[in-house]
Amino acid sequence: MGLAKRIIPCLDVTDGRVVKGVNFVALRDAGDPVEIARRYDEQGADELTFLDITATSDNRDLILHIIEEVASQVFIPLTVGGGVRQIEDVRRLLNAGADKVSINTAAVATPQLVADASSRFGSQCIVVAIDAKQVSAAGEPLCWHVFTHGGRKDTGLDTVEWARKMAGMGAGEILLTSMDRDGTKIGFNLELTRAVADAVDIPVIASGGVGNLDHLVEGILKGHADAVLAASIFHYGEYSVEQAKRYMAQHGIEVRL
Amino acid sequence: MDSIAVIDYGMGNLRSVAKALEHVAPASRVAVTSDPAAILSARRVVFPGQGAARDCMREIQARGLKEVIEQAARSKPFLGICMGLQVLFEHSEEGDTPCLGILPGRVLRFPRDMRDQAGNRLKVPHMGWNEVHQAGSHPMWAGIPDASRFYFVHSYYVEAGNPGLVAAFTLYPFPFTSAVAVNNIFAVQFHPEKSQASGLKLLENFVAWDGTATPQS
Repeated sequence: MGLAKRIIPCLDVTDGRVVKGVNFVALRDAGDPVEIARRYDEQGADELTFLDITATSDNRDLILHIIEEVASQVFIPLTVGGGVRQIEDVRRLLNAGADKVSINTAAVATPQLVADASSRFGSQCIVVAIDAKQVSAAGEPLCWHVFTHGGRKDTGLDTVEWARKMAGMGAGEILLTSMDRDGTKIGFNLELTRAVADAVDIPVIASGGVGNLDHLVEGILKGHADAVLAASIFHYGEYSVEQAKRYMAQHGIEVRL
Repeated sequence: MDSIAVIDYGMGNLRSVAKALEHVAPASRVAVTSDPAAILSARRVVFPGQGAARDCMREIQARGLKEVIEQAARSKPFLGICMGLQVLFEHSEEGDTPCLGILPGRVLRFPRDMRDQAGNRLKVPHMGWNEVHQAGSHPMWAGIPDASRFYFVHSYYVEAGNPGLVAAFTLYPFPFTSAVAVNNIFAVQFHPEKSQASGLKLLENFVAWDGTATPQS
């Protein structure tokens, strides 16, 4: 037996609370981040991802306190993203207890940031987050563009090419979110996931659209993802992380039980 | 009071290591430090590390910590973690870097385009939870079932020059050295501070370890 596929609950945090939206809007409160992190750790989560979706910089420091508190109680890897603009942001998050920092909009604005951050702190802690949206019409060859600014701005960049470029610049992992699927519960965009996962040598985390446990299985087996990320199916108690792992194991996927 | 020095040479996040040690050893004094006197006077030493081998070695030299690390590695319970395992060996392929040479062997990069037996592509970094197969009994493995999963994240691995050093191996897809043990040194490629219950147990064992390989009663 070898490396296990990972299940990563994702906590979208704003104003010190975990929330979850549909297609990046319509937020709903899901609870206290430290409490939720502890619960997922007990259920056997392989990692946790925190996305700081706070729009204003006033509340930015809140996430540092939350990470500090989680990191002193939960001993699994923690990834933090959202609003990371410069090397100094990476350093502050790592010092607060994050193991990996996810860079999204700033990577598009300044690709060199990814190279600088990975050479300074190591590739292992630099995740490039990509929000991808299908731009090809029905019948055309599939094409997804990279969107930034919380999904509001089309960069015109091709997602597969962008993922390759980021891997080349030192990213240690890609967190790939399908904006078309996010919050819809109809499953990952498997074509997108597979296109990116097969194009790069670094691990790819599939995100966006999980509504049931079969979707997690498909993300690995059909999407070729190395890890699957989900939020709402865990937040509202539909499934526990442990249930998800047992289900994946029953479908022949190697997991940590 | 038992004291643990976590060697700080400016590479990566040492907070996690310190927090995990504090969690398993509330009665010990845990200090994250680059002060040679504090390192040499501590009862135990943890040598962590992240980032690139060349940068790690440069920082160790710049801070005058080479001799301190060598001395600690000879004299007291010593736990290397990740890069703190790799730089104990003679040479790393990463940046063609001469390392501390405390242990015989070298550090190599995982090959590109690796596949498992089913033909699935294996990514680099080797990132996530993999099984650690214990090569024999050691006080550091007390209470940890063989083949327990620990959290890894690395692109380079150790090829020990002496098979007698190997305390555990892991498959990716070939067996590589995931832990070494010799005298008072125990060093691991994975991150015990991020490996939940199994990792905390290993750290707890380190805090109780007298620095010999004899199973304790």
